[in-house]
Amino acid sequence: MNKPILGVLVGALLGLIDGASAWFYGPEIQAQIVGIVIGSTFKGLITGMLAGMLARKVQSLPIGIAFGLLVGLALSWAVASMGDESGKHYYWEIMLPGSLLGAIVGFATQRYGRAPEVQEAPR
Amino acid sequence: MSLVGDGVLEHLRGTAGLPDLAGTRYELRGTLGRGGMGTVYAVLDRQLEREVAMKVLDCEPSDDRLVEEARVVARLEHPGIVPVHDVGRLSDGRLFCTMKLVRGERLDRWAAGRGGLPERLAVIQRLCETVAFAHAHGVIHRDLKPANVMVGPFGEVQVMDWGVAWRRDAPGETGLVAGTAGFMAPEQAAGGAAEPDERWDVYALGAILRHLLAAGARPPRALLAIVVRACAEAPAERYAGPLELAADLGRFLAGERVSAASESPLDRVRRLALKYRAALLLLLAYVAVRVLLLVVGGT
Repeated sequence: MNKPILGVLVGALLGLIDGASAWFYGPEIQAQIVGIVIGSTFKGLITGMLAGMLARKVQSLPIGIAFGLLVGLALSWAVASMGDESGKHYYWEIMLPGSLLGAIVGFATQRYGRAPEVQEAPR
Repeated sequence: MSLVGDGVLEHLRGTAGLPDLAGTRYELRGTLGRGGMGTVYAVLDRQLEREVAMKVLDCEPSDDRLVEEARVVARLEHPGIVPVHDVGRLSDGRLFCTMKLVRGERLDRWAAGRGGLPERLAVIQRLCETVAFAHAHGVIHRDLKPANVMVGPFGEVQVMDWGVAWRRDAPGETGLVAGTAGFMAPEQAAGGAAEPDERWDVYALGAILRHLLAAGARPPRALLAIVVRACAEAPAERYAGPLELAADLGRFLAGERVSAASESPLDRVRRLALKYRAALLLLLAYVAVRVLLLVVGGT
């Protein structure tokens, strides 16, 4: 499996789990759980794809983790800044776990998945 | 009354020992080192305009050991083996051979100054690959030790001094005790008529590994087990060859189980935790954040 596809799968799976974990925040959040899970899965998918594309070009675990963390942070901020129906924002609740999941996806795409084969120069 | 001072006498003694390069294409540049059998000089090859190393034997002119060494090395074309360029006899009757001038440091000096554990193990792995190449060509080095290994500025490894190497196709002196104490296998040190074996070099490689590990902090148990197996008293208990030793070092570096050590369940958990520590830390951080947010959000 190549790195971008691995990133998409891992990112989507972790995003789904992360979104579903919002269920424990109480009835107010439970009412919006479907939208949260879909948004979180999509956010993980985008993070994973970008981290996987970086991993094809750059082979460095620290850079991969930092990149995933930053992408996760940026996408989480974008989601958090939209707020819920009542206009309430959940910056910490969305950005902290979102950035850590991005870091995990960055790690996974650096460590696992098939790197592109080196092409021999034409003779 | 002394006509010349001690300094002058010392200088004359040194000059008298220098090789007479008259009539050769070489020009003396300096002394690189002295060994038991001869001296190595830096010389300029005027014809090719490059500096090379020249080994000159101090012993009897009839001694053809140097020529034999040159023949051994000439058949071993490998990046880890210093190539020989020329052999001949100087006008003072002494034999010489010229070889590539190696830039770098002797392994013992390199290890004293720098190199973390992964770098040291990588050096041993490259050394194992070079020695395995020689074995594949029927040559046993018999005197592997840190002083006979050079490490270049980019970690490249070169094996030197093949003067007592043994060739399978010219098995002359099987009874000869050749090598260096501390790096010689017990059966090698004992002499006798036993034919040299690849495991002699495996023992020396294990002793070199032990030497490199002694300089740092206490090494992990798995690494000590690798040393113990490579330096086992009985040849049959050692690694079958240098590549098997290199493979076990590779497994250690990759966080996998080494063949030299048994592993308890606790050891396995510890090894896997160490191997996947980055992933574990990230997961733990995520769970901790989730729990913290739940606790804070619930209050």
